Amino acid sequence: MKISKICQILEAEIVCCKELADAQVYSACGSDMMSDVLAFVKDHGILLTGLVNPQTVRTAMMMDMKGIIFVRGKKPDSSVVSLAEENGIVILTTEYRMYTACGLLYTAGLYTDGSDKV
Amino acid sequence: MSTALNMHYIVDGSDFTTAGEASTAVKMSLKKLGIAPDIVRKVAIAMYEAEINMVIHAGGGEADVMLESDKITIRLIDHGKGIPDVDLAMKEGYSTAPDTVRSLGFGAGMGLPNIKKYSDEMYIDTEVGKGTTVTIIINLH
Repeated sequence: MKISKICQILEAEIVCCKELADAQVYSACGSDMMSDVLAFVKDHGILLTGLVNPQTVRTAMMMDMKGIIFVRGKKPDSSVVSLAEENGIVILTTEYRMYTACGLLYTAGLYTDGSDKV
Repeated sequence: MSTALNMHYIVDGSDFTTAGEASTAVKMSLKKLGIAPDIVRKVAIAMYEAEINMVIHAGGGEADVMLESDKITIRLIDHGKGIPDVDLAMKEGYSTAPDTVRSLGFGAGMGLPNIKKYSDEMYIDTEVGKGTTVTIIINLH
Protein backbone atom coordinates (compact mmCIF):
# COMPACT_ATOMS: atom_id res chain seq x y z
CA MET A 1 0.00 0.00 0.00
CA LYS A 2 1.34 3.42 -0.87
CA ILE A 3 1.97 5.81 2.00
CA SER A 4 -0.24 8.32 0.20
CA LYS A 5 -3.09 5.79 0.37
CA ILE A 6 -2.49 5.31 4.12
CA CYS A 7 -2.62 9.06 4.48
CA GLN A 8 -5.98 9.14 2.71
CA ILE A 9 -7.48 6.29 4.78
CA LEU A 10 -6.40 7.80 8.11
CA GLU A 11 -7.20 11.39 7.04
CA ALA A 12 -3.63 12.04 8.06
CA GLU A 13 -1.25 14.92 7.53
CA ILE A 14 2.24 14.29 6.16
CA VAL A 15 4.63 16.13 8.44
CA CYS A 16 7.89 15.36 6.64
CA CYS A 17 9.44 13.52 3.69
CA LYS A 18 6.41 14.17 1.48
CA GLU A 19 8.55 13.21 -1.51
CA LEU A 20 8.43 9.61 -0.27
CA ALA A 21 4.61 9.43 -0.21
CA ASP A 22 4.58 7.15 -3.24
CA ALA A 23 6.71 4.54 -1.47
CA GLN A 24 5.05 1.17 -0.90
CA VAL A 25 4.75 -0.45 2.52
CA TYR A 26 3.74 -4.07 2.81
CA SER A 27 2.98 -4.38 6.53
CA ALA A 28 2.44 -2.39 9.71
CA CYS A 29 2.57 -2.68 13.49
CA GLY A 30 1.19 -0.65 16.37
CA SER A 31 2.91 -0.18 19.75
CA ASP A 32 3.90 2.43 22.30
CA MET A 33 6.70 0.23 23.65
CA MET A 34 9.76 0.51 21.46
CA SER A 35 11.39 -2.55 23.07
CA ASP A 36 8.44 -4.62 21.89
CA VAL A 37 8.81 -3.25 18.38
CA LEU A 38 12.49 -4.21 18.43
CA ALA A 39 11.72 -7.65 19.86
CA PHE A 40 8.74 -8.87 17.91
CA VAL A 41 8.51 -6.98 14.65
CA LYS A 42 9.90 -8.32 11.40
CA ASP A 43 10.11 -6.40 8.18
CA HIS A 44 7.34 -3.99 8.98
CA GLY A 45 7.02 -1.07 6.70
CA ILE A 46 5.33 1.42 8.98
CA LEU A 47 4.87 1.96 12.72
CA LEU A 48 1.74 3.28 14.41
CA THR A 49 2.40 4.78 17.83
CA GLY A 50 1.28 7.37 20.33
CA LEU A 51 4.80 7.76 21.67
CA VAL A 52 6.38 10.96 20.40
CA ASN A 53 10.11 11.27 20.99
CA PRO A 54 13.34 10.85 19.01
CA GLN A 55 13.64 7.20 20.10
CA THR A 56 10.53 6.42 18.07
CA VAL A 57 12.39 7.58 14.96
CA ARG A 58 15.55 5.71 15.94
CA THR A 59 13.56 2.52 16.48
CA ALA A 60 12.02 2.89 13.02
CA MET A 61 15.50 3.45 11.58
CA MET A 62 16.92 0.35 13.26
CA MET A 63 14.03 -1.72 11.87
CA ASP A 64 14.41 -0.28 8.34
CA MET A 65 10.87 1.09 8.47
CA LYS A 66 9.71 3.61 5.92
CA GLY A 67 7.48 5.66 8.16
CA ILE A 68 5.77 6.45 11.45
CA ILE A 69 2.11 7.29 12.02
CA PHE A 70 1.52 9.25 15.21
CA VAL A 71 -2.00 8.46 16.40
CA ARG A 72 -4.37 10.27 18.80
CA GLY A 73 -3.47 13.63 17.28
CA LYS A 74 0.07 13.57 18.68
CA LYS A 75 2.33 16.16 17.09
CA PRO A 76 6.10 15.61 16.92
CA ASP A 77 8.38 18.47 17.93
CA SER A 78 11.18 19.84 15.75
CA SER A 79 13.82 17.42 17.11
CA VAL A 80 11.71 14.44 16.05
CA VAL A 81 10.91 15.90 12.65
CA SER A 82 14.54 16.83 11.96
CA LEU A 83 15.79 13.34 12.82
CA ALA A 84 13.15 11.78 10.58
CA GLU A 85 13.95 14.14 7.71
CA GLU A 86 17.68 13.44 7.97
CA ASN A 87 17.02 9.72 7.73
CA GLY A 88 14.22 9.59 5.19
CA ILE A 89 11.49 8.43 7.56
CA VAL A 90 8.03 9.68 6.56
CA ILE A 91 5.96 11.03 9.46
CA LEU A 92 2.17 11.10 9.41
CA THR A 93 -0.20 12.36 12.09
CA THR A 94 -3.80 11.27 12.45
CA GLU A 95 -6.56 12.14 14.86
CA TYR A 96 -7.66 8.49 15.00
CA ARG A 97 -6.87 6.44 18.10
CA MET A 98 -4.49 3.51 17.84
CA TYR A 99 -7.15 0.77 17.76
CA THR A 100 -9.20 2.49 15.09
CA ALA A 101 -6.21 3.48 12.98
CA CYS A 102 -4.89 -0.11 13.00
CA GLY A 103 -8.37 -1.43 12.19
CA LEU A 104 -8.85 0.92 9.27
CA LEU A 105 -5.52 -0.06 7.71
CA TYR A 106 -6.05 -3.78 8.34
CA THR A 107 -9.49 -3.64 6.78
CA ALA A 108 -8.01 -1.88 3.77
CA GLY A 109 -5.55 -4.75 3.27
CA LEU A 110 -2.42 -3.66 5.13
CA TYR A 111 -1.58 -6.65 7.29
CA THR A 112 1.30 -7.71 9.52
CA ASP A 113 4.24 -9.71 8.17
CA GLY A 114 2.58 -13.03 8.92
CA SER A 115 3.78 -13.28 12.51
CA ASP A 116 0.52 -12.25 14.16
CA LYS A 117 1.33 -14.36 17.20
CA VAL A 118 4.54 -14.12 19.19
CA MET B 1 42.34 -12.89 12.50
CA SER B 2 43.38 -9.25 12.09
CA THR B 3 40.93 -6.46 12.77
CA ALA B 4 39.78 -4.79 9.56
CA LEU B 5 38.04 -1.78 11.06
CA ASN B 6 37.60 -0.27 14.52
CA MET B 7 34.99 2.27 15.55
CA HIS B 8 34.93 3.97 18.96
CA TYR B 9 32.11 6.00 20.49
CA ILE B 10 31.48 7.88 23.72
CA VAL B 11 27.88 7.33 24.83
CA ASP B 12 26.51 10.41 26.57
CA GLY B 13 24.43 9.34 29.55
CA SER B 14 23.00 12.74 30.36
CA ASP B 15 20.36 12.98 27.64
CA PHE B 16 18.04 10.11 26.83
CA THR B 17 16.85 11.77 23.64
CA THR B 18 20.31 11.40 22.06
CA ALA B 19 20.68 7.72 23.05
CA GLY B 20 21.16 5.63 19.95
CA GLU B 21 23.46 8.02 18.08
CA ALA B 22 26.36 5.56 18.21
CA SER B 23 24.18 2.69 16.95
CA THR B 24 22.87 4.88 14.16
CA ALA B 25 26.42 5.80 13.11
CA VAL B 26 27.49 2.14 13.14
CA LYS B 27 24.48 1.11 11.08
CA MET B 28 25.28 3.73 8.45
CA SER B 29 28.96 2.76 8.34
CA LEU B 30 28.18 -0.93 7.90
CA LYS B 31 25.66 -0.17 5.15
CA LYS B 32 28.27 1.91 3.32
CA LEU B 33 30.73 -0.96 3.61
CA GLY B 34 28.25 -3.24 1.85
CA ILE B 35 27.54 -5.56 4.81
CA ALA B 36 24.40 -7.66 4.21
CA PRO B 37 21.19 -5.86 5.34
CA ASP B 38 20.10 -8.64 7.72
CA ILE B 39 23.48 -8.51 9.47
CA VAL B 40 23.38 -4.72 9.64
CA ARG B 41 19.94 -4.87 11.22
CA LYS B 42 21.03 -7.42 13.84
CA VAL B 43 24.04 -5.28 14.77
CA ALA B 44 21.95 -2.10 14.88
CA ILE B 45 19.21 -3.54 17.09
CA ALA B 46 21.54 -5.34 19.52
CA MET B 47 23.79 -2.32 19.89
CA TYR B 48 20.85 0.10 20.17
CA GLU B 49 19.33 -1.88 23.04
CA ALA B 50 22.71 -2.04 24.78
CA GLU B 51 23.27 1.68 24.26
CA ILE B 52 19.83 2.48 25.67
CA ASN B 53 20.58 0.27 28.70
CA MET B 54 23.87 2.06 29.22
CA VAL B 55 22.14 5.44 29.26
CA ILE B 56 19.25 4.29 31.49
CA HIS B 57 21.25 2.36 34.07
CA ALA B 58 24.86 3.52 33.98
CA GLY B 59 24.95 7.18 32.97
CA GLY B 60 26.66 6.41 29.68
CA GLY B 61 29.97 4.84 28.80
CA GLU B 62 31.99 3.79 25.78
CA ALA B 63 31.34 1.52 22.82
CA ASP B 64 33.83 -0.18 20.53
CA VAL B 65 32.89 -1.92 17.32
CA MET B 66 35.40 -4.23 15.62
CA LEU B 67 34.75 -5.47 12.12
CA GLU B 68 36.69 -8.54 11.04
CA SER B 69 36.40 -10.75 8.00
CA ASP B 70 34.15 -13.27 9.76
CA LYS B 71 32.39 -11.35 12.54
CA ILE B 72 31.47 -8.05 14.14
CA THR B 73 32.25 -7.58 17.82
CA ILE B 74 30.56 -4.81 19.82
CA ARG B 75 31.85 -4.07 23.29
CA LEU B 76 30.02 -1.63 25.56
CA ILE B 77 31.80 -0.61 28.74
CA ASP B 78 30.24 1.40 31.55
CA HIS B 79 31.22 2.30 35.08
CA GLY B 80 27.72 2.26 36.50
CA LYS B 81 26.24 0.36 39.41
CA GLY B 82 26.60 -3.12 37.85
CA ILE B 83 24.02 -5.94 37.66
CA PRO B 84 23.48 -7.82 40.96
CA ASP B 85 21.74 -10.84 39.39
CA VAL B 86 22.48 -11.40 35.69
CA ASP B 87 20.15 -14.42 35.37
CA LEU B 88 17.26 -12.35 36.70
CA ALA B 89 18.18 -9.41 34.45
CA MET B 90 18.07 -11.73 31.43
CA LYS B 91 14.43 -12.67 32.06
CA GLU B 92 11.91 -11.05 29.72
CA GLY B 93 9.83 -8.52 31.62
CA TYR B 94 12.23 -8.01 34.53
CA SER B 95 13.25 -4.39 34.80
CA THR B 96 14.68 -1.98 37.33
CA ALA B 97 14.13 1.03 35.07
CA PRO B 98 12.15 3.94 36.56
CA ASP B 99 8.66 4.83 35.31
CA THR B 100 10.08 7.89 33.56
CA VAL B 101 11.98 5.57 31.22
CA ARG B 102 8.89 3.43 30.60
CA SER B 103 7.01 6.54 29.56
CA LEU B 104 9.68 6.98 26.88
CA GLY B 105 9.04 3.54 25.39
CA PHE B 106 11.75 1.49 27.08
CA GLY B 107 12.34 -0.20 30.43
CA ALA B 108 9.94 -3.11 29.80
CA GLY B 109 12.55 -5.70 30.63
CA MET B 110 13.26 -6.57 27.00
CA GLY B 111 16.69 -4.98 26.58
CA LEU B 112 19.05 -7.81 27.50
CA PRO B 113 16.78 -10.55 26.06
CA ASN B 114 16.61 -8.58 22.81
CA ILE B 115 20.41 -8.27 22.68
CA LYS B 116 20.72 -12.02 23.14
CA LYS B 117 18.06 -12.66 20.50
CA TYR B 118 19.85 -10.66 17.82
CA SER B 119 23.42 -11.74 18.63
CA ASP B 120 25.28 -14.97 17.92
CA GLU B 121 27.24 -14.70 21.15
CA MET B 122 26.72 -12.43 24.14
CA TYR B 123 28.80 -12.04 27.28
CA ILE B 124 28.14 -9.93 30.37
CA ASP B 125 30.99 -9.10 32.73
CA THR B 126 29.63 -7.14 35.67
CA GLU B 127 30.57 -6.18 39.20
CA VAL B 128 28.24 -4.37 41.57
CA GLY B 129 29.49 -0.85 42.21
CA LYS B 130 32.11 -1.03 39.45
CA GLY B 131 30.30 -1.38 36.15
CA THR B 132 29.39 -3.66 33.31
CA THR B 133 30.92 -4.75 30.03
CA VAL B 134 28.58 -6.27 27.46
CA THR B 135 30.19 -8.04 24.52
CA ILE B 136 28.08 -8.86 21.48
CA ILE B 137 29.36 -10.97 18.59
CA ILE B 138 27.50 -11.25 15.30
CA ASN B 139 28.86 -13.59 12.64
CA LEU B 140 29.09 -12.35 9.09
CA HIS B 141 28.45 -15.73 7.51
